[in-house]
Amino acid sequence: MSAVSALGRLRAAATGYAQPAATVRHRHLSDRPMVFVPYAMSGEAFAPLAALVGDDPAAPHLLVVPQPRDRDRRFTHVTELAAVLVPYLTEYFDKTETVERRNDDPYERALDAPQLIVPSPAGVEYVGLLGRSTRFRRPDGDYPVHPDVPLLGRWSTYLAERARTPGSSVLLAVTDLLTQAWATGQSDLENGELAALLGWIDPAPGRSGAEAARDAEGAPPAGPTTDPEFDARLNPLIAGFDAAQRTGNPRDAARAEERIRDTLGAELMPTWERVWRGLELLRELPAGASVAGRWETDRMSYSLFAHDLASPDSRPQPRIPGAVAAAQQLVRREQAQARLEMEQLRDDPLLMAEARLLGQAFRGEVVDVEADRMVTEPGKKQARPRPLLVVHTSDEPLLSLDAELECVERPKAKAKLLAVTDGPDGMREVTFELTGGMGRGKNPDEGSVPEEGEVLCWTLAASGFRGGPKWPAPEETPWTHGGPPESSTPDADAHEPEDEIPTVPSQPAPPPQPPVLPQREPDEEELAAAAEPWG
Amino acid sequence: MRTTDSRLELLRGSLPTRNHNARTVAALAANPGCARRGVMDAAGIDKTALAARLGHPMQYGQSPFAIVRGHAFEAQVKADEGAELRRLLAEVLGGAAQDVVEGEYTELGGDPADEAAPADETDPADPAGPIDEQAPHNEPAPDQAPASTPAKRPGREERVALTRSALRRALDTARPELCAILDHPLLPLDVAGTRAYLEPDAMACVIAGRLHIVEIKSFSVIDGNADPSKLASASRQAAVYVLALQRMAVELGHRADMVSTDIVLVCAKDFSNQPIAALLDIRRELAVTRRRLARLARVEELLEPLPTGLTFDLETDPDADPAVAAAALGGAVGSVPAAYVPGCLSACELAYFCRAEARTCDTGHGSGGLVGTLGTGIRGQLGGIDDIGRALDLADGKCAPARGEEEIAHLLRRAEALRREVLGAPRTGAPAGAGPRTGAAS
Repeated sequence: MSAVSALGRLRAAATGYAQPAATVRHRHLSDRPMVFVPYAMSGEAFAPLAALVGDDPAAPHLLVVPQPRDRDRRFTHVTELAAVLVPYLTEYFDKTETVERRNDDPYERALDAPQLIVPSPAGVEYVGLLGRSTRFRRPDGDYPVHPDVPLLGRWSTYLAERARTPGSSVLLAVTDLLTQAWATGQSDLENGELAALLGWIDPAPGRSGAEAARDAEGAPPAGPTTDPEFDARLNPLIAGFDAAQRTGNPRDAARAEERIRDTLGAELMPTWERVWRGLELLRELPAGASVAGRWETDRMSYSLFAHDLASPDSRPQPRIPGAVAAAQQLVRREQAQARLEMEQLRDDPLLMAEARLLGQAFRGEVVDVEADRMVTEPGKKQARPRPLLVVHTSDEPLLSLDAELECVERPKAKAKLLAVTDGPDGMREVTFELTGGMGRGKNPDEGSVPEEGEVLCWTLAASGFRGGPKWPAPEETPWTHGGPPESSTPDADAHEPEDEIPTVPSQPAPPPQPPVLPQREPDEEELAAAAEPWG
Repeated sequence: MRTTDSRLELLRGSLPTRNHNARTVAALAANPGCARRGVMDAAGIDKTALAARLGHPMQYGQSPFAIVRGHAFEAQVKADEGAELRRLLAEVLGGAAQDVVEGEYTELGGDPADEAAPADETDPADPAGPIDEQAPHNEPAPDQAPASTPAKRPGREERVALTRSALRRALDTARPELCAILDHPLLPLDVAGTRAYLEPDAMACVIAGRLHIVEIKSFSVIDGNADPSKLASASRQAAVYVLALQRMAVELGHRADMVSTDIVLVCAKDFSNQPIAALLDIRRELAVTRRRLARLARVEELLEPLPTGLTFDLETDPDADPAVAAAALGGAVGSVPAAYVPGCLSACELAYFCRAEARTCDTGHGSGGLVGTLGTGIRGQLGGIDDIGRALDLADGKCAPARGEEEIAHLLRRAEALRREVLGAPRTGAPAGAGPRTGAAS
């Protein structure tokens, strides 16, 4: 954090109102996002308690598990969830455009992609856990589940994995989006709770943001972790449901279940409304110029994944990727991070202000242009146009001589820094020569050289992030990285022992099925689904 | 020392005391720079009750679901005199399986389901138990259950004695190939002159005579990864047990280093109830806990600057306005300096009070309070300027920097100029119009 963003937080604390932390929205927002607000049972690794889900703010689907410790009900819940999510996730698959690729076959890219919105980063983790706990399940075998369960598991895994790629927008947490756009007068820890965060940004009439945030501190948490006091209220209701189940009176059980539904629905509803309110506020911000480009890579990633999923050879994503796949993934994410930082900086003058404060960029008026300057560079025979520019700035650039520069307003222009001198009235004069973006001719193209009086912002050129190391095939993984992966580990997870609760009779296990398919190793196509086209 | 004790007694007055457990002792290591917390902890004041009286109640609690699951998992691991536990011990400690299948299994606690999770990381409330014998002048908290009946469970000192003799027996008579397991031993530990009782889930005396603390936690390890915060919390707790066990071993004439600093953590595997075990090196946590306890013992240094006669047990007139009473008490508590940071919210029951105090602290530079309320990172960045109003006055050029502040003041002024260039003047009022806002970024 730089002093520019720090000042926003200080000002928010002093005024009691959130201050801008960005001038544009840096993530794509779908016209029709799917909002998912899950609650899980405390103490369990993955026991869904309830969820509000849907794409209509006025009509959420409330899914409730009256006894979350019962694994059959757990998977019934996932089936219900899949009935809402899977049609939404797949409906974008068919409307495509053909994309030509250099050195590669053209492919079909979806014109739009699904977008899942959760309240907080813990919700993103929950989606990952949902995927991990369901994608290896099988519709046959010892503990059969509905075929939609493993299908949703693979979708959830895809979304949660894709969410780790910096700048991706297929699965987003509202608290992340809001803190990126606004600075509040409270700590990051407190910003993690949606109710308090939204209090700062969007206080009720007559309240300051600080007051609204304090008011919100007793509000139901955004989940998936529940409030222990709420659990204490829920506990007897679940016990009541169990008792009604035991007596075998369906009306009692239905009534007990209805009570649990009402209680959970009431606890989840405020968060549902806040998520939509947050989206509404975020929509008022214009999208950054490069957001559409990043969404394009999301669309590509979505198409590749959906395509792989449709193939009969497709297998669930492995629990732990192999060494080669992991290394590739890491490089891709690093590249995505570098691209994201570069693009956000150029899209947002407030972020650029931080770079200017740090001396990594400067903005000012062009006061002198020597447009017809020609230079013969060492080792070259011909003189090339190297127009000389002087910019007058109040910034304090800390750039090394010969640094390569790029211009925000003139994205094609390239320049090399020649000198920074102190000018009159505490201003600085930056002298640099244009080295690119002028066309191939002997003279610079018309209009490619900035003119006197233009106000331009120059920053360090982004380092290239094309290409990367050549990766060995998985079967050639070097011994330093564990050697080639074993090719056929039995799919143990399909029969992962599950905890059964004794109070609920479980169904008798069906007869054993023939041996399951061998566990597939990291799938190239799937990994490609997370790839970024840098060509 | 006597005067220190009497001063602490005066501070506490008739306020309910809190009995330390592993979680609260481990929490002592949080924010060691806070004198207020140090004094409260040394005086053994129940901060939950105090926070409520201050008008800033804070609810910590553990979900009944998590408690049930924790107990069920622990019972499962220890079933059949720890048969499963012995298998896990053999696995992680590298001994041959047959070396640990035999040995004494001593049940020293009660039925774990009877206890209110005394050592649980999310439950600072002390279990309903006998009132600390060492502090007979203290009244129990109103919500404290009556002392458990001696017929059902032995008293705590008695359990400590049982633990000590079981440990002596295990250490003196154990053949190297035997593995004695002590289930729910009770270990004493002096915390600032008050005796705390700690109850590890189990402690095993394994091959080569080394003692290992076993911590049974029901959180899951999924594909070899556990939640780092839960892991850290388990390590801190286990460090307290190791410290207490080391002291008991020394009492029995053994070397402190016979207690292993690698503890055995038993967790649930993936999404199942199947236990898996791992060794956890807790040397760092142990050192922190030791330092913090040593510092608490020097509480007189913290008491020294406080006004004489200071007490947090103010007369509560039933007819008085609770807000007035809270303000008076706030004044008394406020005379002990605090060092509020946002991390306190998850570690200290007084956090809401200290936060409100830090936010409203006014040094004549306008509102905003202390920079630390926003986080330690931003405080570090402002290099010694603690007051939000003052930082903004420097940024706005409304006040002159003090010696040594010139650089940061210059930076703040430039940052403010850049913000104004991009955004215009800062927003100081309510957003224009209620309901759907327009121009939210301006």
